[in-house]
Amino acid sequence: MAKPAPLSSERTVEAEPQSEPVGPLLKKAAGPAKWADDRVGAAGLGKGLLRKIFPDHWSFLLGEIVLYSFIILLITGVFLTFWYKPSMSEIEYEGSYQLLKGLHMSEAFASTLALSFDIRGGLLMRQMHHWAAMLFVAGMFAHMLRVFFTGAFRKPRELNWLIGVGLLAIGGTIEGFAGYSLPDDLLSGTGLRFVDGLIRSVPIIGTWAEFFVFAGQYPGDLIIPRLYMVHILLIPGILLGLISAHMALLVYHKHTQYPGPGRNDQNVVGYPLFPVYMAKAGGFFFIVFGIITLMGGLMQINPIWTYGAYNPAQVTAGSQPDWYMGWIEGAIRIMPGWESYIFGTTWSWNIFLPGVGLLTALFGVLAIYPFIEAWVTGDKEEHHVLDRPRNVPTRTAFGVAAMTCYAMFWLGGGNDIIAVKFNVSLNAVTYVLRVAVFVAPVLAFIITKRICISLQRADAHRLLHGSESGVIERSAIGGYSEHDVPLSPEEAFTLTEHKEYIPVEAGPETDETGVKLRPEATKRRAMVSKWWFGDNIAKPTRAELELAASHHGNGHNGDAHSGDGHTGDGDGHIDHAPSNGRREIESSDRVDEDALR
Amino acid sequence: MSELKVHGQPPAATDEIATLGANPSVEIAERFPVTDPGVEEEPPRYTDSNDAAGNRVYHRIVTLFAMVPVMAIAFVVVYFAVPRDLTIDFLLNANAQHVLLGLTLGLAILFIGIGAESWARNLMSDIEHTEQRHPIASSEETREKAVEVVQAGIDDSNITRRKLIGASLLGAIGILVVPALVTLADLGPWPTKSMRAKTIERTIWAEGVRLVNDVTYAPIKPEDLEIGQLVNAEPATLEALEGTEFITEKAKAAIIIVRMAPAAIQIPAGREDWQVGGILSYSKICTHVGCPISLWEQQTHHLLCPCHQSTFDLANAGKVLFGPAARSLPQLPITVDSEGYLIARSDFTRPVGPSYFERNSPEYYDERENI
Repeated sequence: MAKPAPLSSERTVEAEPQSEPVGPLLKKAAGPAKWADDRVGAAGLGKGLLRKIFPDHWSFLLGEIVLYSFIILLITGVFLTFWYKPSMSEIEYEGSYQLLKGLHMSEAFASTLALSFDIRGGLLMRQMHHWAAMLFVAGMFAHMLRVFFTGAFRKPRELNWLIGVGLLAIGGTIEGFAGYSLPDDLLSGTGLRFVDGLIRSVPIIGTWAEFFVFAGQYPGDLIIPRLYMVHILLIPGILLGLISAHMALLVYHKHTQYPGPGRNDQNVVGYPLFPVYMAKAGGFFFIVFGIITLMGGLMQINPIWTYGAYNPAQVTAGSQPDWYMGWIEGAIRIMPGWESYIFGTTWSWNIFLPGVGLLTALFGVLAIYPFIEAWVTGDKEEHHVLDRPRNVPTRTAFGVAAMTCYAMFWLGGGNDIIAVKFNVSLNAVTYVLRVAVFVAPVLAFIITKRICISLQRADAHRLLHGSESGVIERSAIGGYSEHDVPLSPEEAFTLTEHKEYIPVEAGPETDETGVKLRPEATKRRAMVSKWWFGDNIAKPTRAELELAASHHGNGHNGDAHSGDGHTGDGDGHIDHAPSNGRREIESSDRVDEDALR
Repeated sequence: MSELKVHGQPPAATDEIATLGANPSVEIAERFPVTDPGVEEEPPRYTDSNDAAGNRVYHRIVTLFAMVPVMAIAFVVVYFAVPRDLTIDFLLNANAQHVLLGLTLGLAILFIGIGAESWARNLMSDIEHTEQRHPIASSEETREKAVEVVQAGIDDSNITRRKLIGASLLGAIGILVVPALVTLADLGPWPTKSMRAKTIERTIWAEGVRLVNDVTYAPIKPEDLEIGQLVNAEPATLEALEGTEFITEKAKAAIIIVRMAPAAIQIPAGREDWQVGGILSYSKICTHVGCPISLWEQQTHHLLCPCHQSTFDLANAGKVLFGPAARSLPQLPITVDSEGYLIARSDFTRPVGPSYFERNSPEYYDERENI
């Protein structure tokens, strides 16, 4: 869709050419604009920011979805607070939902029922709030995966990655849990009961933490008011601060971009904020908002009236938390019942390890990953051009392995549903998953790494020999060959723009006289580095590309090249009459057979 | 490769790349085997080259925006005119007003979005611009300036000469954490030994308390139960409680009563008189994280927790057979009173519900069951 900007010598386009006359729209706005500039210096701000360039790609919209969902959560949340009563006082339900009339319940549940049945638009807002929350968390995960697989967390964006991990940890766990506890229906009460057990399981401080959180024994009468404050003030305040910092750093760093012609680490190619991105991003806000509204109206979520008020002696089969806690739920389900009893104390590993342990592990690994990778690569450069996941096979494989592990735990969260729907033994599902959480990630790692490397091979092959054209020709003596289409310079540049890492060699640890040195690369780093990069396919060098191009031009088969990993490729060929830029597709035997027919 | 680093002098590095085609230096040629051809040229859009197409998009966008007030008015009409109790039975099976409010508002908002997006994609300039990045780090000069400024501030404060000021100020502010934390000490009662004994380590079960149906509070006689039957029960004393006390005690005292063929039951030593002719009573609260357990497999005598699928053997002291729970279900000792109703012989002999750190589990050890 894009036309290139006229290439001036600096390769930049002036944001606002001085000579351009002021249009009629701006003349009308001159008065208010001057007023604003006199007071806050708006012109200086606008000059720098209004024509700021943002690159275009669908995957950059994932973070936008999260931001917009957050705004929608604030708007719908304010509406809900007008009627919701965070009170656990017991009352008799007198609302319009016939099936619960006259039953005793908490004010929190009664007011949620009132929002659902007696306040016009209340159910719409409640369901929009819940759907927006789903989208908020799902968007965060998707955005985080995009950033991870494209290497956007590398220098200089490590801090913004950490802020993102903080957002995911706080927004995706505590805020969600506090939110779905507020209606005080049977399902949310069951969730609270679980959290009570989870808090209790923390060694040493568990019982104290339980008594402090619940103001005594479970459930008490303060947990709902406390969670309400956490849900509408404390966490949103922290989220707002972190999101602001996240956005400010995004503006300061300028957005990353995918590799491509004219794109490099020193520039950013895309459209200006005003007017294109204002319309695109602003329009996208309304699209997200509109779709969430339609979902709120047409798709039921969390029908709290189905199972009624919380009753600590009741539970329904298929009780599950919201999907983003499903993996923790699964871990808790498939964990063996391990407890230790030491000096009159009880250590509940069966709850503590899969609950607190796994959450800590996830956010801990996410937080330190950029620094681990920087240590392995030893790379101190700034990176603004994103990686194609295939060009960093180890990272990509690691990411897919982590996703696989998460998925196995997540399946565990539905082990009862799987058992029922697929008519298999619940116990068998559980035993299989106990093994799968360890084995499946390893398999996923190996498979992903090999796929990445073969994709690298395919890239190298296309660079050296061109793409398949699908045009097959038969020569005079019956051999078949296919024309190759050389890559465009744009695509060739895109495929070779990434930086190559070569495994570091361990330096000597002592010099000739036996004095200890501090080598730049220790043996350990050299080992990790070899494991990390050792299998990568080297991209063709300029000389190789030129050689390949001239071979093709002179009518030889280009497969004699050894740099592309297809060393055995040329062996089965008969060198037929010269055919420009052709690749043999049949072995000699096959050709002979064909010739005999 | 040093030419490519952003640090310090980006314009120089840019020039290097820009002139790469003419005379590439060895490092650049190594780093980029293919010369950057520059931003690709794309053909003009249909809406740019064809006036009619442009006009069609223009009309579409204006129509979309014009539909927004229509939808907004429809929303208001639905809000006031559609009866509260009207339902849509076809497909959605939902409240009509709710669905129509969502539809009208959703479409109104969506039309704005689609219109704006269409404007940006089809009618706004689609020329891609190239903007140079500024170096993220400050220049050496700026850093030196900053160091000077900070040093001047430090000098002005005289903190290097009177060292104790800084340390004592930090200490003074730091100690404020203590009163801040202490204000939180009343968040809940402290779970000391005596407090635990009064709360999580006891229930309202006591000697002589009748076992009653958990819904009707009707007392239960052994002959009310047939073999294989399981009923949910509560202590009769629960009925008098209200509000928080009711729910807190119910969360601990809930039990199940089950009748099994006496020959099928294995009774641990010391519990011979805890049952009435094959009628046993166990805590309903799971020893894992405290869900009420309720899925009863009559033939196998297994009780399954619907939350995390811990499975307990009610015919064998409530022992864990499967799942993440580590401890047997506590059994409530029961007998019958003079009127023939089931009553408790005492409270549970061990704390019910999930484990907690101070729980001295071996104290409750019984070789027939898990701890």
